[in-house]
Amino acid sequence: MAEIPTLAVIAAMCAVTYATKAGGLWLLRRVEPSDRLRASLEALPGGIIVAILAPRLAAGGPPEWAAGAAVVVVAHRTDSVLLALVVGVVAVLLFRGQLR
Amino acid sequence: MSVEPSTETESPAVDSVTFRGAWAGFVACLPVALGVAGYGVVFGMLARRVGLSVAEAALMSATVLAGAAQLVAVELWETPTPVVAILVTTAVVNLRYVLMGAALRPWFEDLSPLEAYASLFFITDENWALTVRDLRSGSGRGAFLLGSGLAVWAFWVAATVAGAVAGSAIGDPARYGLDFVLTAVFLTIAAGLWSGRHSLVPWAAAAAVAVAGAAWLPGRWYILLGGLAASLVEVGRRG
Repeated sequence: MAEIPTLAVIAAMCAVTYATKAGGLWLLRRVEPSDRLRASLEALPGGIIVAILAPRLAAGGPPEWAAGAAVVVVAHRTDSVLLALVVGVVAVLLFRGQLR
Repeated sequence: MSVEPSTETESPAVDSVTFRGAWAGFVACLPVALGVAGYGVVFGMLARRVGLSVAEAALMSATVLAGAAQLVAVELWETPTPVVAILVTTAVVNLRYVLMGAALRPWFEDLSPLEAYASLFFITDENWALTVRDLRSGSGRGAFLLGSGLAVWAFWVAATVAGAVAGSAIGDPARYGLDFVLTAVFLTIAAGLWSGRHSLVPWAAAAAVAVAGAAWLPGRWYILLGGLAASLVEVGRRG
């Protein structure tokens, strides 16, 4: 069998990925969601973000948890993503140096 | 900016794609894009190691724009290229984007199909989360996903090139605390989405399912399953 060119593989990966990115909205433009589906869609963003976070935090240790707590406090008080990021990164570097 | 006080609705009207809205998204996403770039460097290094050229690695980053799927693809890369395995894994790893795109519906139904479907190309975990946060706050910026996505895209492609060219000279992003940037982003956004005790049960379900899924399942299934768990719990609760 002939070797498939790298560019063709990349193009196919692009197509598959775009299908997943566009597919959710495409489907919902065709089906009018019921109240139950609406409720479940409302819960999705929080659920997905927690699902991304939980294993990351579980894989960390005390430095990551302490820095994470600092991030939540700053985010809650200031509502600034940038400030929370800076505090988080500084805190994690500090705690990793001190606690390990 | 709307002048009239709008009535309280679940999804306030969203402007069409404007330069101002896109710029706001771009700027808000810059610090996040820096964290993403840490992984772009890693991807570039790995891509070179399995024999992709700098141009091919950059092209993949520019057209696929899906960090996890790209990293898995170069893990699988060998000669001859296992095309089916790579494409199936790409689809599976990216299935979570179906849910993320679906969650944008309340706002994106106000956009034209061209605006909506062009913006969706730029979904990544990070700028999607920032976009949900922005739209929920009632900003009405329909271009936020596009603008924030362009920031991620620019850093992702540039970092890929840097990693592919510089190779292993750069080292581990954890050394600079960059690995924690993304955790901090998601924590900040979660703090904003928290709506009191109402969130507790669906979020606990998502966390439990995700931790179990990350431990026992390959790839990124845990994100999809965790998100679905929160949804199902919410629907069950409302009967």
